[in-house]
Amino acid sequence: MSLLEVRNLTTAFQTARGEITAMEDVSFDLNPGEILGIVGESGSGKSVTALTIMGLLPRPPARIASGSIRFGGQELTTLSEGRMQKLRGPGIAMVFQEPMTSLNPVFTIGDQIVETIRAHENLSNRALTARAIEMLEKVGIPSAATRMSDFPHQLSGGQRQRVMLAIALVCRPKLLIADEPTTALDVTIQAQILDLMMDLRDEFGMAIMIITHNMGVIAETADRVMVMYAGRVVEEAPVMRLFDHPMHPYTRGLLECVPAIGQDKERLVAIPGTLPEPANRPRGCRFAPRCAHAIADCSAGLPPLETLAPQHTAACFRAIELQSA
Amino acid sequence: MTTLIVRRLLSALPIMLIVSLITFAMIHLIPGDPAVAIAGLSATREQVENIRRDLGLDQPLMSQLWHWYANLLQGDLGRSLLLGQPVVKATMDRLPVTLALSAYALILTLAIGLTSGIVAALRQNTWIDQAAMVFAMIGISLPNFYLGLLMIILFAVELRWLPTGGYIPLMQDPIGWLATSTMPAFSLALLLAGLLARITRSTMLEVLRQDYIRTARAKGLPNRQVVMKHALANAMIPIVTVVGIIVSLLISGSVVTETLFSIPGIGQLLTQAVLNRDYPMVQGGLLITTGLLVLVNIGVDVCYALLDPRVRYDG
Repeated sequence: MSLLEVRNLTTAFQTARGEITAMEDVSFDLNPGEILGIVGESGSGKSVTALTIMGLLPRPPARIASGSIRFGGQELTTLSEGRMQKLRGPGIAMVFQEPMTSLNPVFTIGDQIVETIRAHENLSNRALTARAIEMLEKVGIPSAATRMSDFPHQLSGGQRQRVMLAIALVCRPKLLIADEPTTALDVTIQAQILDLMMDLRDEFGMAIMIITHNMGVIAETADRVMVMYAGRVVEEAPVMRLFDHPMHPYTRGLLECVPAIGQDKERLVAIPGTLPEPANRPRGCRFAPRCAHAIADCSAGLPPLETLAPQHTAACFRAIELQSA
Repeated sequence: MTTLIVRRLLSALPIMLIVSLITFAMIHLIPGDPAVAIAGLSATREQVENIRRDLGLDQPLMSQLWHWYANLLQGDLGRSLLLGQPVVKATMDRLPVTLALSAYALILTLAIGLTSGIVAALRQNTWIDQAAMVFAMIGISLPNFYLGLLMIILFAVELRWLPTGGYIPLMQDPIGWLATSTMPAFSLALLLAGLLARITRSTMLEVLRQDYIRTARAKGLPNRQVVMKHALANAMIPIVTVVGIIVSLLISGSVVTETLFSIPGIGQLLTQAVLNRDYPMVQGGLLITTGLLVLVNIGVDVCYALLDPRVRYDG
């Protein structure tokens, strides 16, 4: 049975100019221990998907317009805030993009880890401290016991992200959502943090949902990839399959954007145009205005997400046709 | 922490030096002959000469300055012309009155201002928020002497719940102190509570938008802990600045309130000293009050360091 089942999930935001949908009709499954990568440009609805699952969007203005989220068999869309609080930490945990601002500057990192355990488990102070130190060691903070009394500003960006991971994982979550966990870090640190996440996955056996716009990160970590564009899922496939046989022109564009070493090209490849504003998205296929293969029919209606090969779905009218061309 | 306090105290020394110099110069800034000005128009030649001699104004300026600082270091600020008492004693007799009233008003300000500010921020754009901010605006807009007069008319004259004025020392009769201090404290506190409520609301709204608040929620902390621990601890840093200003305003702003409610504090003492050209008293009172305000500011700096580890480690 899947750990997480998201079905036809639509999240809308109330704005001054009416309601807009930040993500719509998103469906996917996540199995225990599996790593799902969610890729897309900024504004494609990746983070909203994550925050909706976490129940962290302020309501209002946000609202789950339709769909369901089942986590371990439990429906989350109708769960009370109190029950959701109990789930955050031991059930689902999250690390964010900005390690520099995601830790509270006025409390020690030890305190911030300890209070996470205390919110969910009844342990003595001594046991709490021991657990926190153990977790700091696991995420690779040297001399963890003395660093417990450090404040966030005394740590580097990479160390802070390690502490964020320690906070997220200290209650042994079944699912970790990592929203651009390495985007704000130096390249060498990025690799370390990704390796660490993979190691911890192996050790704790949790599932990971990793959100990124970086295809390199996906290639290194994910088992399966879901590509989002303008609030909708446009393609989903196992990682090797997606890299070898992308079926949606947008996915192909994203893969072509990755510069390869030794590639003899004068210019970097870019997808022309920009992501449409949620308020004035085009009719029909939302990628059509930027798509090199668009034909008149593409603007007629939304292309459905269809299974075009085993475990491989894409939402493009011309996917099969282009694949064989 | 200790080094911080020592350093702040040391940095207060030049401030006190400048203030004491200005205070010394004050008497010489009176247009014309200070002795004549102090003695008044109806004074005889002999009286003027007496004052000149008493105040040492017949000495050369440098010698006057020397005596000013020599006496200052021994805690002698001269003798009040009006009361005949040493200035330091007169001030120290009245200081506890003002401090007790200020402390009472500060507690009211914090209780009203912080609570309504936090509640307004948590219930942003609801009627509770709007009601709190209208209340704050009224508090800020009403001059405190007017508010004081309204309270005297309502609670003292019409309802006869509280005396119109006067003062009973706290140590002598706590209930009597409350009866005489409540109206003055409220008339001082409402304006400042309005100010504090507005600052608290905007600071809390700012802090609640921060990433670390999202982290705190993502950890599964209960809302109460997110707000009262994570948000408030950060919001307190700018709020303390305002509280420091509020304490200064309470101490220096007691002049009007003490006069209105006939409370024998520093404010009333200085008002009388000014009206009666009691220059030594004015000089001494000013110096002591300034010293107090400098101490308040050091207190604010220490609070910063307590609240914000980044300040603490930078020294």
